[in-house]
Amino acid sequence: MNNQKYLDSLKNKTLFLQGDEAAAYGALFAGCNFFAGYPITPASEIAELMSRELPKSGGYYIQMEDEIASIGAVIGAVWSGGKSMTATSGPGFSLMQENIGYACMTESPCVIVDVQRSGPSTGQATKGAQGDVLQARWGTHGDHEMIALSPWSSQESFDLMIEAFNLSEKYRNPVIFLLDGEVGHIREKVVFPDINELNIYQRNISLEKIDVFGGQRIPPMIEFGMGQRIHVTGSTHKSNGMRDVSSMEAHDTLIRRIYDKISSNRNEIAHFETHYIDNMDYLAVSYGAAARPTMGAVLKLRERGIKIGFLRLITIWPFPIDICTELGKRTKKIFVPEMNLGQVSREIERFVNCPVESVSKIGGISHTIDEITNYISANI
Amino acid sequence: MENKYVKYLRNETLPTEFCVGCGCGTVLNLFCHVIDEMQINPDDIITVTGIGCSSWIPSPYFSADTLHTTHGRAIAFATGVKVMKPGKHVIVIAGDGDLAGIGGNHLIHAARRNIGLTVFLVNNYIYGMTGGQVSPTTPSTVNTATTPYGNVEQPMQIAELVAAAGASYVARWTTYHVFHLKKAMKEAISKKGFSFIEICSQCPTSYGKRVGKREGIDQLLDFKENSMNIQNVSGMREDELEGKYIVGKLVERNRLEFVDGLLNINAQFAEGVR
Ligand SMILES: Cc1ncc(C[n+]2csc(CCOP(=O)(O)OP(=O)(O)O)c2C)c(N)n1
Ligand SMILES: [Mg+2]
Repeated sequence: MNNQKYLDSLKNKTLFLQGDEAAAYGALFAGCNFFAGYPITPASEIAELMSRELPKSGGYYIQMEDEIASIGAVIGAVWSGGKSMTATSGPGFSLMQENIGYACMTESPCVIVDVQRSGPSTGQATKGAQGDVLQARWGTHGDHEMIALSPWSSQESFDLMIEAFNLSEKYRNPVIFLLDGEVGHIREKVVFPDINELNIYQRNISLEKIDVFGGQRIPPMIEFGMGQRIHVTGSTHKSNGMRDVSSMEAHDTLIRRIYDKISSNRNEIAHFETHYIDNMDYLAVSYGAAARPTMGAVLKLRERGIKIGFLRLITIWPFPIDICTELGKRTKKIFVPEMNLGQVSREIERFVNCPVESVSKIGGISHTIDEITNYISANI
Repeated sequence: MENKYVKYLRNETLPTEFCVGCGCGTVLNLFCHVIDEMQINPDDIITVTGIGCSSWIPSPYFSADTLHTTHGRAIAFATGVKVMKPGKHVIVIAGDGDLAGIGGNHLIHAARRNIGLTVFLVNNYIYGMTGGQVSPTTPSTVNTATTPYGNVEQPMQIAELVAAAGASYVARWTTYHVFHLKKAMKEAISKKGFSFIEICSQCPTSYGKRVGKREGIDQLLDFKENSMNIQNVSGMREDELEGKYIVGKLVERNRLEFVDGLLNINAQFAEGVR
């Protein structure tokens, strides 16, 4: 089967899928044809599904010797015409960081799924968490921007994975797909679309010899094997790709460009959902697994007459600053339920003038609706 | 008249930055000869490399598609390249620290997988680029920048290791044996499956001077005088082989190449066999 035939065979199907599996199918719909990974709970389901499905659609699955090799192979495949991805959890995500920076520096579009579990270190292997939010942003060294998305359901895991590939291709940047053990393992109804009705961003490739690493904010790519003898390096380079590790200008020009291409498009990349924000005294902000009980708590609090709105972040990085600033002006206090000790809450603090309170929970069990409801009632 | 082989180099990067007497120039020179004599179009080559002086042989000098990766990871990146471009010659050239030290595990597993890469490991017995620290192949007792009291470790027999891991082709030669090495490079590039040559090379700047061989020629003479062909060493004791370079072909065999294996599976779906 080729990719088109394979995707036609899945058209309009309704399945009962884990968030992990839905993410994998989303990748296949996005045209992913290369996966390299290494097993780890709670992300292994993605590798298992890809190993089963990719050969059917004409793609390739490789289990590498570790996560460093996995992300390396992913980037090698990108420059050889692949749409590629890997999936891991905290320990593997930590190992990948050097080469994630390489992907930023070489502007290699790819998707890295991190199904977050409790850390640091091996932590609670089988328990979900949201402790990698800041690592997704700052895990690799040096100045860089990052795109990270976080779904809250199986269906969104599917849909958002397509967006993850689209953004990575459009901005020529790695995209971190921040799942968590809860959403990754939840099992829910997912409806597949018709591939012909989907908006898939096709890689911008130049057939003529052009500068692949500069000259415009997001230059088109030239892939290996096109006879252009391109030079791809993670060292500081000129717009033609050749190393220049000594001039201040070369570094300044390159790094500011790869920074600005993301940050100046912040609002275009920012996906979020708002509820009850036109009539609120307080605001809850959450994302991923923690957003589910938060939504429940918001409904319950409103039933009790407490005017609270809800902002659910879908894009975590670049941080959706404008919506936070705007809503911050209209609320007395912001509550941020998250399964860590306050990572997004401290980011929000930077952009609002009202008090921001983290409603944190760690240990691998998600917040209950009552826990959040009671916490907020007691602290308004 | 312009040198016949200059067309294989990225002109704007010349002259090379290699030190006087460095073996990397010899390897680059031979590589150009090999590509020319094999009549391979450089457009059909993708070079992949790591970090270190030896990695500069393909990046930036050799004119082909080039992926200059992170330290130690060239083979991992090359794996993704070969899977997506099985029809191309995917050639990795890097150092002992890179391929055998930090990247040693990738080397072992690529050999085990028998993926169709050609790997030239330039073994100069030292971390050259960073200024002469001990490497996994530095002989015992040698004083380096980080073994000021002598190296207490045993060097790695890297060609033997790759052979044991399952590669299709393994050889070891030195930069003194230019004709043998050239022939071996051709064999390695032609061979289906994982092929590997350990190229013992001189580094007067960071290694030679630490072992009393200050000029490149001094190490070349050492290679000349102390090399033994692998066919002549069976039965010799370890102490008799001390300080010897065992050169020649260690392995040549046919095994299923990794990407062929993947393509076989995909073909079954294409034909509706599964
Ligand atoms: C992760 C990482 N660690 C360390 C370095 C620093 N470093 C650069 S080159 C090198 C050693 C190179 O030695 P080798 O691979 O033998 O190449 P040579 O320069 O001797 O040819 C090291 C340690 C690095 N670039 N990246
Ligand atoms: Mg070395």
